[in-house]
Amino acid sequence: MTTQTHEPSAPRAQPAWSWHAGVVVFTIVWFVIYKQLPAFSEWLTALLPVERSSHTGEALAFFFYDTPKVIMLLTLIVFWMGVVRSFFSPEKTRALLSGKAEGVGNVMAASLGIVTPFCSCSAVPLFIGFVSAGVPLGVTFSFLIASPMVNEIAIVLLWGLVGWKVAMIYLAFGLAIAIVAGWVIGRFHLEGWLQDWVRDIHIGGAAPDVASGKMTMVERYRDGIQSVRDIVGKVWIWIIAGISLGAIIHGYVPQDVMVRIMGSGAWWSVPAAVVMGIPMYTNAAGVIPIVEALLDKGAALGTVLAFMMSVIALSAPEMMILKKVLKLKLIAVFVGVVAAGILAVGFLFNAIF
Amino acid sequence: MKEVIVYGPGCKRCETVEQMVRDTATRLGLDVDVKKETDYAKIAMAGVVSTPGIAIDGKLVHAGGLPDEAALEGWLSA
Repeated sequence: MTTQTHEPSAPRAQPAWSWHAGVVVFTIVWFVIYKQLPAFSEWLTALLPVERSSHTGEALAFFFYDTPKVIMLLTLIVFWMGVVRSFFSPEKTRALLSGKAEGVGNVMAASLGIVTPFCSCSAVPLFIGFVSAGVPLGVTFSFLIASPMVNEIAIVLLWGLVGWKVAMIYLAFGLAIAIVAGWVIGRFHLEGWLQDWVRDIHIGGAAPDVASGKMTMVERYRDGIQSVRDIVGKVWIWIIAGISLGAIIHGYVPQDVMVRIMGSGAWWSVPAAVVMGIPMYTNAAGVIPIVEALLDKGAALGTVLAFMMSVIALSAPEMMILKKVLKLKLIAVFVGVVAAGILAVGFLFNAIF
Repeated sequence: MKEVIVYGPGCKRCETVEQMVRDTATRLGLDVDVKKETDYAKIAMAGVVSTPGIAIDGKLVHAGGLPDEAALEGWLSA
């Protein structure tokens, strides 16, 4: 059910207009197929020898609807974000942030974290590159927190599966946590808690901006297709796992159990959700189908958002990577400050809604 | 003989780039010395912010993501 095959995979000599036309056709075909998905899932469930209203029927219908839906949403968004990201690079972002004052710098860093392309294995060189180029430590943290937490995959999947209000709330508060947590870490003046070798590095001048010259629109489309290959090719297994778990919750977990455990009445559910989220390492694509199912079953919005933010922003493997540049004390401060922000968001939403 | 250094901490993409450089050199019949640098300090010192990065004879020509095949041929045969 992927729609990548509609992408023109034309040779280099293909004129630009055929690329533009191809992208338009792809987008229209995408919308036509997307509209048919509810009917498709009902049809597929009806083919199987299960009662539609049974637990198994509910779970299967959820699975057959959500899997193509999530993969299609992801394909479209990753493609367009790939195009948008071709206008940005870590080198440009670093140049924009270097020497910026705290405050303004934190806001800029968190926003740039959304659009700057970088993969998690680049986290260490990026961190060193930023700090050594005079980007303040707190501003660097704002970038590092926002980048995984507030990404296009999270926003779009929340929008498509849960609703635009929750997506906007997540965007606003994700950015707020990145900005405030980075600012707080900056206030502590913890430069001494970097690993010693990091402080000793002095890079002569800014690195040449080799990645982004003047790209043509066709090259940007190619970047978009490349991101679809990279990202969708990597996360589809997580999506299937997430949706399967979501489908089981959807079909089998009784409403009252969920309300008791994750409803807004249970105050301890927010910290529990944050603690549970830390060792879990998946990305937004895997966790959002679970979020959808939990909300559907009456779990409180604040608790679910806290769980999702914790899974995405605080991950044990990422801390292992950061251990190479940060002393343990600084990692602890980082986790503490971000966890406090997530807790605040969780409690706030449970109180409001 | 050109000296090529591929900067990357050892993620899959960095290994792909190293292999691309070797394959392209072989295809063009060029004799190049390909090294892989996985040390974070050295990567940062070279000015690589986004990995993988490629330096040819000490000059950084690429950083971040997989390079374009045609561009890679150009750098290697220049």
